[in-house]
Amino acid sequence: MSSSPDTTTLVEDQPQAPADTAADGTTTDSASVEAGLDALETVHAQRIPVGQVLRQKALPPLLGVLLVLALWQTAYSLHLTSSYKLPSPADVWNSLQDLWYQGTLFSIIWTSVWRGLSGFALSVVIGTPIGLVVAQVKPIRAAVGPVLSGLQSLPSVAWVPAAVIWLGINDQAMYAVILLGAVPSIANGLISGVDQVPPLYLRAGKTLGATGLRGARHVLLPAALPGYLAGLKQGWAFSWRSLMAAELIASSPDLGLGLGRYLENQREFSDMSGVLLGILLILFVGVAIDLLFFSPLERRVLRSRGLLVTSR
Amino acid sequence: MTTALTTSPAAPGVETPDGAYAVRLAHVHKTFGRPGTAAPVLDDISLDVAPGEFVTLLGASGCGKSTLLNLVAGLDRPTAGTIEVPGARPALMFQDHALFPWLTAGRNIELALRLAGVPKAERRAEAERLLELVRLGGAYRKRVHELSGGMRQRVALARSLAQGSNVLLMDEPFAALDAITRDVLHDEITRIWSERKLTVLFVTHNVREAVRLAQRVVLLSSRPGRIAKEWRIDLPQPRRIESAGVADLSIEITEHLRGEIRRHVQQS
Repeated sequence: MSSSPDTTTLVEDQPQAPADTAADGTTTDSASVEAGLDALETVHAQRIPVGQVLRQKALPPLLGVLLVLALWQTAYSLHLTSSYKLPSPADVWNSLQDLWYQGTLFSIIWTSVWRGLSGFALSVVIGTPIGLVVAQVKPIRAAVGPVLSGLQSLPSVAWVPAAVIWLGINDQAMYAVILLGAVPSIANGLISGVDQVPPLYLRAGKTLGATGLRGARHVLLPAALPGYLAGLKQGWAFSWRSLMAAELIASSPDLGLGLGRYLENQREFSDMSGVLLGILLILFVGVAIDLLFFSPLERRVLRSRGLLVTSR
Repeated sequence: MTTALTTSPAAPGVETPDGAYAVRLAHVHKTFGRPGTAAPVLDDISLDVAPGEFVTLLGASGCGKSTLLNLVAGLDRPTAGTIEVPGARPALMFQDHALFPWLTAGRNIELALRLAGVPKAERRAEAERLLELVRLGGAYRKRVHELSGGMRQRVALARSLAQGSNVLLMDEPFAALDAITRDVLHDEITRIWSERKLTVLFVTHNVREAVRLAQRVVLLSSRPGRIAKEWRIDLPQPRRIESAGVADLSIEITEHLRGEIRRHVQQS
């Protein structure tokens, strides 16, 4: 056993240092060297304090928003264009307050958010099996893969006229447009997630006896999760965009008042501060759902796998 | 050269009837691609490994030693010949730990137990026991990326043992580790082999490692892989890699290995 004070300290610090039970000297010596190596080479992940996280992560974007507001206010104060075309930030704030006092703000947001989220959930249910089958079955992949990639680059707003003719101006048409926008990107995310699974994991799974469905459940799907989550995130962005486009274009009392419709109504009233408010609310909802839901989920998955390098 | 398959005195108390084997390869050939067009990777390999025996397969690159291990593990089929491994499917360890990063160290082991059919109620305790065995008790909740290279290989070893097979196949498992860590892991695998009475087939290109660990070293020639020579090693365990006995035999085996490699210059 080494008698250097440093080494002794390290071994004692190590909580899992094994008791040297072996009678013969070689094994005991080896065990303590091993415990020392373990102590030396273990990386202790440090959680960064909340205050520091806020300063590093929340402050810069907040400053960015303030900068944009300042530029906007300056442009307004300099009378660069007529106030009918460019209302001040305060005007937009007043429009927001009006909606608040009318009591319609949350119902407008909720109409769209509910539609967006339920359409997205349906896209997940449909896109996931499609992605799995396309990723795993070669002939289907050859036939459907290019179509899926192509659909992903087609702006789903192009489907609105078709959906309206097929289904009428109703919720079904809205959902159809969301599905056509989000399903391909969710499926493609899963496909690329499966493609990026290191072959070693599959071999290791096979030697452990994880083949067929058990292999998919215990090895393939968890290994593909990061790619799948990226696909879900993009799928949400596509859902929200498609829905807003559809609400803008399709007008019917059956549809209720969502954010897209609100925006179009304000344009018809030539109410520029209402239009800007509509744009800002759509932006806000899209970002908020990403920040509240997808980003934390993605970060958690990546961190647990050691794929997220903590910035120092 | 072939030697009679009796267990050496250094074996940890294995008493087997003559001719018993844990792994038997009979006239195994392996060719990738269509036979006749491609050169064979393995050519007429016959090898018996006795229960409880520690055998290292040694060879330069291109000798098909990893291919051979894949065949024994059942990941691939031989083109001709038979491979028999009585009992449970053998466990295979890779150069890369191949632990699943979405699971903790303990859960990795529990997954292997689950796939081996161990009832849920017993898995947690068994996983803890296996971690203790590789001297990593307390690492149950650790994520793979929080462990050092040597610790990962020890968890991988525990996961292999969780499969419940007495036959352990190891494909250069310590090649990527630094010398000190490798040294420690040699002690570990020797200890666990004798404690658990495992049969180990260990592939390496490191002559000293082969001599340090094995009761029998099998030298493979390259392109095609054939058994060139065997040595039985009766030095007592645990050996030290820098000991004179290991060094002497290593020099002799290295000479043969170099001879095998030189043959290719003359051929081409």
